[in-house]
Amino acid sequence: MAYASTAHDAHDDHHDQPVKGFKRWLYATNHKDIGTMYLVFAMIMFFVGGFMAMLIRAELFKPGLQLMQPEFFNQMTTNHALVMIFGAVMPAFVGLANWMIPLQVGAPDMALPRMNNLSFWILPFAFTLLLGTFFVPGGMPAGGWTMYPPLILQTGAAFPMLIFAVHLMGASSIMGAINVIVTILNMRTPAMTLLKMPLFAWTWLITAYLLIAVMPVLAGAVTMLLTDHFFGTSFFNAAGGGDPLMFEHIFWFFGHPEVYIMILPAFGIISEILPTFSRKPLFGATSMIYAVASIAFLSFIVWGHHMFADGMPMAAQLFFMMSTMLIAVPTGVKVFNWTATMWRGSLSFEPPMLFAIGFLFMFSIGGFSGLMLAIVPADFQYQNSYFVVAHFHYVLVPGAIFGIMAAVYYWLPKWTGVMYSMTLAKWHFWLSTVFVNVLFFPQHFLGLAGMPRRIPDYAVQFADWNMVSSIGGFGFGLSQLLFAYLVIRCMRGEGKKATAAVWDGAMQHGLEWTLPSPPPYHSFTTPPDLPHQVHL
Amino acid sequence: MAQAHAHEASKYYIPHGSPWPIYAAVTLFTVMLGAVSTLNEWLPAYSLIPGFVMLVFLFIFWFRTVIGESQAGIYNAGVDRSFRLGMMWFIFSEVMFFAAFFGALFYARTLVVPWLAGDGTKYLTKLLLWKDYQGGWPTNGPASISPRANGSFETIPALGLPAVNTAILLTSGVTITIAHHALLTGHRTRLAIFLAATFLLGFTFVGLQATEYHEAYTELGLQLGTGIYGSTFFMLTGFHGLHVTIGAIMLVVIWFRVLNGHFTPKSHFAFEGVAWYWHFVDVVWLGLFIFVYWL
Repeated sequence: MAYASTAHDAHDDHHDQPVKGFKRWLYATNHKDIGTMYLVFAMIMFFVGGFMAMLIRAELFKPGLQLMQPEFFNQMTTNHALVMIFGAVMPAFVGLANWMIPLQVGAPDMALPRMNNLSFWILPFAFTLLLGTFFVPGGMPAGGWTMYPPLILQTGAAFPMLIFAVHLMGASSIMGAINVIVTILNMRTPAMTLLKMPLFAWTWLITAYLLIAVMPVLAGAVTMLLTDHFFGTSFFNAAGGGDPLMFEHIFWFFGHPEVYIMILPAFGIISEILPTFSRKPLFGATSMIYAVASIAFLSFIVWGHHMFADGMPMAAQLFFMMSTMLIAVPTGVKVFNWTATMWRGSLSFEPPMLFAIGFLFMFSIGGFSGLMLAIVPADFQYQNSYFVVAHFHYVLVPGAIFGIMAAVYYWLPKWTGVMYSMTLAKWHFWLSTVFVNVLFFPQHFLGLAGMPRRIPDYAVQFADWNMVSSIGGFGFGLSQLLFAYLVIRCMRGEGKKATAAVWDGAMQHGLEWTLPSPPPYHSFTTPPDLPHQVHL
Repeated sequence: MAQAHAHEASKYYIPHGSPWPIYAAVTLFTVMLGAVSTLNEWLPAYSLIPGFVMLVFLFIFWFRTVIGESQAGIYNAGVDRSFRLGMMWFIFSEVMFFAAFFGALFYARTLVVPWLAGDGTKYLTKLLLWKDYQGGWPTNGPASISPRANGSFETIPALGLPAVNTAILLTSGVTITIAHHALLTGHRTRLAIFLAATFLLGFTFVGLQATEYHEAYTELGLQLGTGIYGSTFFMLTGFHGLHVTIGAIMLVVIWFRVLNGHFTPKSHFAFEGVAWYWHFVDVVWLGLFIFVYWL
């Protein structure tokens, strides 16, 4: 939509123009069109999931049941998570990958464009199935996004819809991931050796590997739930020799790599933005790649820390505690290198840089509370409390979501050819940053004071901080309307024209800035050489 | 490779838009809706039919488009490499899908069942819940879930039909390799014969599995619901059988393509993709034979 209006004048000699009408979107094979659809879909889901979060915070504004029945509250927490994880964060990253990876590696398009179309178009149907559960007897799934049996097996008519929706989301993710890997390995311009590849492409390569490794495991886990519910199998039934805890092991074998699937691309984005606005190359670029690869490897052997309190042998607890703490080492390398990148740089604070720096500080807060949760005896105290909620929201909101917003502010002028209002974008950053801390920081206190998560009502001692948190929540939610406004304006082509390099310091950092803004419909028709000043 | 890439890349092939992906998404949604309606008993099981009919047409139409483009020589070596990489990573995802079920088998057998039988610190729980349960493998759990009134069931001995099936699948791995070599050296008749032998062996395998299932259901008291043994046995062998069936159908498709003169010694991605897939189901079977039937 956005660049459609301006695409012709950018390259009128190009014969491959987007087709007119609905076919452009339904039959799309162009990485930019598909990337745009992914991003728009993610934005819609961000507001759907956000609306559920607003309902949750409204209910928790005061103690006592205020607005809804506990059953409905549970439906909201469950679906807020599912929508945000599988509908907002993951599709947003796939959308960014679609847009940027061909541009960054010097390819004309993604390697498997039709599969790309399928992996996008599965998503609206998957979420129709999931959100459609609102209208069936028994309501939406309410057993938590982790779908633990036996509770989840009590779901009403929504149960098979949930399972099949997860199957569809998994299929979509796997196809998207295969496409990313094949594009990077096969379509990369020959001049670009792997270690010269931009960090965003690198982190996505590793993320894609994680996706292909663990999404099938999730599919297997929910298939076992399905057969336990409908076909009498005993996977999670102790009477038949199974074990409900086995589900948790299989689920978190998927679930922990999934956590990194939602953060590694953000690492890549931050590694693109900090050098640009520091006007310095990324400090220790190669060690950044190895750090991401180490984090990905470790993600497979730490799943037990999600279930310390469930009961497992002491040796297993120790192993999972140690391996979890090991993750702090490569993560520390990354935070150190990002900081060192800014050290003595000529910093300027445009919106992408603000979000990147916000990410650096607040993601680190989430990382530190993660270390606290990794300690087995401490976890026995923190588990299932608002401390956990605060922890993972710090890594996901000012972590993953800020990363996505930083990326959008960084590349939106490249995509649309127009610049957004710098002032409003800075307002968006400051409002988001202030409110996100008002929203989530008090939840640490609530958790340490003993407030359990996933409850619609609470003891009056928790009232003050809950009210503060809710105010932060409403403020954060409202601030995002500003984001939507800025993005829509750019998509409509309203604003100052952007140059090819867009940012003062960008020309040094990647092939995407060598193309005009917006780039031609098929990015690079021949493999480009790397201009010698281009480095990580 | 880098230079070859640079040389060909001036004529990068970018496929035109296609209606089949979105049709595939609608098909999957229809299949799911049928399954949801059936499982929730909103509609009888024939609500699955539209989805599966659409699925058949999906494969016919999409494959026809792709095979047509391939035969027209539109795909260059770069596209071929993309297809190969895509197939490899798809097979890796399939391996991980089976890993989930193998994981469930190992976890249940080595941890859950001993715990239920009172291993280590679990002794008090056992006394409280199922004090007569002895554990061991195979087991249908402390509640002895079985179609038989006395709660017993029998397993299928590894050295009967399963051993025959192992021989069949391993032989089919040899025949497809002979077919592959025949393709590379241009012996078309040998190629067609050994490819046919491969899918015939495949279908024989599926037929024997069906016999085995029939025997298990009617005579051995071994069903999907027969505790954890029945669950892991039927889910693992069932998904494997499904994959063998899909693989055999793929073999039939490329067999017809061979008869129509498709594939050259240099360009035959579809053949290799199917061959890899076939070796994958072969290897999964070896895992099944060892860990499900034998040990």
